[in-house]
Amino acid sequence: MIVLNINGESRSVDVPDDMPLLWVLRDVIGLTGTKFGCGIAQCGACTVHLDGAAVRSCVLPVSAVGSKAVTTIEGVGASAVGKKVQQAWLDIEVVQCGYCQSGQIMSATALLAATPEPSDAEIDVAMSGNICRCGTYVRIREAIKQVATGQKVAPQTIPNVAPTASPAAAAAALLSFVRVEDMA
Amino acid sequence: MNARFGDPLGEGRPDNPSRREALKLGGLVVAFLWLGGGAKVLGRAVAQGPVAAGDPAFAPNAFIRVGADGSVHLVMPSIEMGQGAYTGQATLLAEEMDLGLDQIVVEHAPANRKLYANPLLGEQATGGSTTIRYCWTTMRQAGAAARTLLVNAAAAKWKVDPAQCTVARGVIRHEASGRTVGYGEVANAAAQLPVPEKVQEKDPSAFALIGKPLRRVDTAGKVDGSLQFGIDLRVPDMKIATVKACPTFGGKLVAVDDSRARQVPGFVAVLKIADAVAVVGEHFWAAKQAMEALDITWDHGPNAHYSTEQLFKDLAEASKNGTPIPGKAVGNVDGVKGKALEATYQLPLLAHATLEPQNAIVHVRPDGCDIWTGTQVPARCVDVAAKLTGLKPETIVVHNQYMGGGFGRRLFEDPVEQAVAFARQVSYPLKVVWTREEDIAHDRFRPAYYDRIAATLGDDGKPLAWTHRITSGSVLATFAPGAMAKNGMDSDAIECAADLPYEFPNVKVEWVRHDPPDGLHLGWWRGVGPVHNVFVIESFIDELAHAANKDPLAYRRDLLQKNPRALAVLNLAAEKAGWGKGSLPARVGRGVAVAAPFGSYLCVIVEAEVSPQGEVKLRRAVAAVDCGVAVNPNTVEAQIQGGLIFGWTTALYNGITLKNGTVQQHNFNDYRMMRINETPALEVHLVDSKETPGGIGETGTVMAFPALFNAVFAATGVRLRSYPIDRAALVQGAEALKAVVTQASDHGQAQEGKV
Ligand code: FES
Ligand code: FES
Repeated sequence: MIVLNINGESRSVDVPDDMPLLWVLRDVIGLTGTKFGCGIAQCGACTVHLDGAAVRSCVLPVSAVGSKAVTTIEGVGASAVGKKVQQAWLDIEVVQCGYCQSGQIMSATALLAATPEPSDAEIDVAMSGNICRCGTYVRIREAIKQVATGQKVAPQTIPNVAPTASPAAAAAALLSFVRVEDMA
Repeated sequence: MNARFGDPLGEGRPDNPSRREALKLGGLVVAFLWLGGGAKVLGRAVAQGPVAAGDPAFAPNAFIRVGADGSVHLVMPSIEMGQGAYTGQATLLAEEMDLGLDQIVVEHAPANRKLYANPLLGEQATGGSTTIRYCWTTMRQAGAAARTLLVNAAAAKWKVDPAQCTVARGVIRHEASGRTVGYGEVANAAAQLPVPEKVQEKDPSAFALIGKPLRRVDTAGKVDGSLQFGIDLRVPDMKIATVKACPTFGGKLVAVDDSRARQVPGFVAVLKIADAVAVVGEHFWAAKQAMEALDITWDHGPNAHYSTEQLFKDLAEASKNGTPIPGKAVGNVDGVKGKALEATYQLPLLAHATLEPQNAIVHVRPDGCDIWTGTQVPARCVDVAAKLTGLKPETIVVHNQYMGGGFGRRLFEDPVEQAVAFARQVSYPLKVVWTREEDIAHDRFRPAYYDRIAATLGDDGKPLAWTHRITSGSVLATFAPGAMAKNGMDSDAIECAADLPYEFPNVKVEWVRHDPPDGLHLGWWRGVGPVHNVFVIESFIDELAHAANKDPLAYRRDLLQKNPRALAVLNLAAEKAGWGKGSLPARVGRGVAVAAPFGSYLCVIVEAEVSPQGEVKLRRAVAAVDCGVAVNPNTVEAQIQGGLIFGWTTALYNGITLKNGTVQQHNFNDYRMMRINETPALEVHLVDSKETPGGIGETGTVMAFPALFNAVFAATGVRLRSYPIDRAALVQGAEALKAVVTQASDHGQAQEGKV
């Protein structure tokens, strides 16, 4: 049994020592917000925090985590910086397909938590491990600056989701791919 | 993809029973239909039951349903893969119905090509930058029909003139009396009214939503990890497999020794099909570890010695000796006198590399089959599953999922077909997840192209004759054979080549078909035909401008005098980029490209710097876009930004090569992606246009290549006619490697430039 501290909760898992944290999160615990893109630390889709530092979970053996706090995309909104990053991502609509964005947000949050006002070069260094196949880099840069400066640096989108619906509920509604006979 | 694909498989699927079920429910249903020759709404209101009894003439392919509770559902055919399709379609509907975008629930259409065929594709498919193009009229007319019915019902109830009623956020208000009623309360009454023969969509001046940067409806769950993609789904009792197909295309599986794999903790089973192995585990890691422990014997088959060199040799040979199919002929290119130039361009096979690797969950039971996957072609997934399992199509359900990128890859159902072939061997739901290595090695590759292009310039430097011979395999011929023209032409192969934005007195465009060997599958790739043709054409136009000693932008401006929309984007980009103004440092150059792909007009200017070692850095880029009415300008900008980066990534780094019949690229280490530190400052300027919307999702990618390569030429004097960029050719001082536009001799004998 390996005991992990994930998003503030203690989780015991019975897995091989060499199993990468990514697969423990996704396939054993069921936290699927952390994505698989390459498996060889090239794309950053699997980025999580270990005591606040961004790491690639696809190459991190679970036995190496020890007592360090693991934060995933599901938990990053609990921190003030993480929440601001998520909001900026929505306000200027960074997301396209969204598959890379868990990792992008984890990397950006780690950067901004350590360096609240990063230079362009610091942004490049912190974010260049995260591939976006949809090519959202221009807006990732803008969103990080928006968080860093507190100023609106790019045109903002107009939110449409009903104020009562939580993001998760809105997503669930969209995801339900209701078959026609289920419409009621 | 202007082609209409017809029904390539020619099957008549029984009507989806669920459609009739839907019509039995209360409220107002406005169903509509795409008709041949252009989408047209067939408004049809239905209340309790009248259609449920069966009305064979009534086969709508999309629905708006206004429930008695006021909910508005839209069941629609295009799927979301990051391009903003949901938001775009819902925006059109919300606009006409005077609803907020948040008041519409969008739903994936179930697999049924009869109901949900995309009229521009003739197939239930999302591709070819068609979503907004086919929805533009239809969705608005359907929305206007629904609104008219609902307002008429309210007006009848109050005994007032419908014209005196207004609507805001689904609440109808009679201005004079101040009475109000919600859509839901009059939905049943509205369903009893005859559908108006003709409805008037809103005048653009009244648009409240169209043209506004509305936030997409699918993004909130993508920033907190709550939204699940196909690869994230977990269904009860499922096991997880990873696969390995024969690395040599066209090869077969001979034998598998799994004695070591069985020792891996979490190992479940090894499954075999003719050309691939799956290892099933309790989790992906077990499956992957066990896969690596297998000893597999392959029969490498007939292509064991095939290589990229062979591919291009065959294409060059076909270009020379094959039978060209005419694509466009204007005047007569033969015997035109003037300064003759000719060049050869050669484009590689390409992989899609969607960030979400291919995956599917398949549960085959004696009485049916469930498939959970993100696909651009749900009806085809049903077809292959029915064929493999022998189950009736109506017992096969495709649960379509959000996709981590499509780019054309998910227009091909081969990963689903393979997953079904494995899953039918087990009783539990089988989740098949490809490794990145498998995803790249077994893609449906963008075809390789071999182009010979020539022009004869008059004394003023303008082309008098233009000849373009394209040689390639055909995607269309396998994807939709019925859509090939009678003379064997593949309309995709010549798209944007046969319809140039420039007008030349003598033009000959032709295509020679040469397919790769069996087993090497070709596929649609972001930008399809135009992404190839526009690169060749806009690079060659640049060559002509330089040969004529003209500024490349001024040269184009001269040639576009009869094309006002193209001219307008050219001028806008030139102004925003400061073309011709200021001086640039050594080995920095600006390149321009202009084209009209997918019904939109674009001009892109790139400023690039080439290091003495031959590394290319993009410094800045400006795009000017006229895509007609921009339904959501924010989405348009995002698609241009992303599309350009997608193209530059390929220009800088990508190309699939084969050796011994095996793909030589594996993962993002050797099939590289552009990263944030390589991304230039990038401006997108939209022309305020009232024209019908054009496609947008692929246009940036189309423009990326020529704009960048023309900039590289401006910086170095080296003309690159292939990609990925040949850095060795760009090393400073490597004069011997420089390619030049070669001038034909007096006798018209052309030499070929470096390719
Ligand atoms: S999956 Fe870990 S870096 Fe790509
Ligand atoms: S948003 Fe699609 S990969 Fe980044």
